Amino acid sequence: MTELLITRSNHLVDPYVHVWAWQIPVYLFLGGWVAGMMSLAGYFQWQGRHRDRQCTCVLTPWLGVVLLSLGMFALFLDLEHKRYFWRLYTTFEIASPMSWGAWILVVVYPALLAAALVQPPQWLRRAVPATEALASWLESRPALVRAVGLASLVLGLALGIYTGILLSALGARPLWSSAILGPLFLLSGLSSAAAFVHLVARRRDERVFLARADNLFLMLELAAIVLFLIGLATATEAHKQAAGLLLGGPYTAVFWVGVVGLGIAVPLVVQSLAVRHRIQHTPLGPIMVIAGGLALRFVIVYAGQVSHWAPQVAQF
Amino acid sequence: MARYGMVIDTVRCVGCMDCVVACKTENEVPEGLNRDWIAYETRGKHPTLQMEIRTERCNHCDEPPCVTCCPTGASHVEDFGRIVLVTHQECIGCKACLASCPYDARFVHPEGYADKCTFCIHRVKDGLDPACVAVCPTHCMHFGDFDDPNSVVSRLLASRRHHALLVAAGTAPRIFYLD
Repeated sequence: MTELLITRSNHLVDPYVHVWAWQIPVYLFLGGWVAGMMSLAGYFQWQGRHRDRQCTCVLTPWLGVVLLSLGMFALFLDLEHKRYFWRLYTTFEIASPMSWGAWILVVVYPALLAAALVQPPQWLRRAVPATEALASWLESRPALVRAVGLASLVLGLALGIYTGILLSALGARPLWSSAILGPLFLLSGLSSAAAFVHLVARRRDERVFLARADNLFLMLELAAIVLFLIGLATATEAHKQAAGLLLGGPYTAVFWVGVVGLGIAVPLVVQSLAVRHRIQHTPLGPIMVIAGGLALRFVIVYAGQVSHWAPQVAQF
Repeated sequence: MARYGMVIDTVRCVGCMDCVVACKTENEVPEGLNRDWIAYETRGKHPTLQMEIRTERCNHCDEPPCVTCCPTGASHVEDFGRIVLVTHQECIGCKACLASCPYDARFVHPEGYADKCTFCIHRVKDGLDPACVAVCPTHCMHFGDFDDPNSVVSRLLASRRHHALLVAAGTAPRIFYLD
């Protein structure tokens, strides 16, 4: 065995790294959720469904603007040297996922706003007639709407993947050293977005369609989690120990009960029964999916920081 | 172009912490924080135990993940001696570099920027050794240029068995420990 004792006890670093608190999981969750909304809205706009004023999917970019702004604010709160945050935009660091993320957001905001303006909600059409005029103008240009939809879809997928790659690029934390984190967070974001529309959609056919889509995303998410764990458990000792945090270690209960059980498996069963007309559609499933998406980010961010390459360290 | 690094003789290091105090004094490291520290590693099973005492700090890696992940370029490799440094006014305090370092060598300075060992670049530019090396009472620490085959550090590596820390993490560290 190896016993390592060190005299260092730096704030945020010892006895294990805990540099990121609630702000980062909240940002990653909101970013992923908005990415899912952009992808869904983009897909529906691509399909020409924006003309359907009862379609809820194409309204989600409006919520997306608010949620993404909240996420950005959480990210800002996390910064330790806040007055220099503008330094993100004086350079582009090609090897830094965080720099990519900062610039992706610059492109995402206009795309999100464009996707939103395709179909303003009724109250906004009445309150600001210019939005009504703009929406009518866009409605007569289907090619432009398709382009806006495509941009929203592609950028949504990029944003969703980015939220996972941000962590997986930090090789010093073995739990995060997996390219599966990108697709996993994207699928979780898509599933939370589909769950939200399932929850609030006005029309039954859209509700059922999104419940089915959500079930597909949830199954793919389960598969991604299995691959994620297999990848870690068959790699180096450090990666095996990292996987152990979720397979018997301190994060096992919250991961398997909170994220996998209540966040994926139970809602998958509930929603599968609902789309087969065995039970009524209930808000329970979608709410659990959305809460599970948040829990996933918390578990991965917190457990990942505990994972390490060094032997177990003890302080004086 | 020089490529500075250290060679530390673990046979001579007694863990007296002079290097730690010298660093804190020289670099005005705030209370409760450390740019360098002592590690006491015990391996094996009683009664056949092996102990290694060593002084640790930023490894000024040849492939520094803290530099790669930095979104503003604040973390950079200085041309002078390939030393890894942080430009305080460019650091936003996102802490990605803290999370990216397998040695946990970085911390957040109370003023908000990421901070760590600089190899006392201000002293090295004046032809002096880093403060920790200069004060070591057992002379277990050696500082020099690995690109110069005749430097003390290069000759020590050529002639003595040595190891570096967490090589599997893939950052190509530039501090070596003599066995």
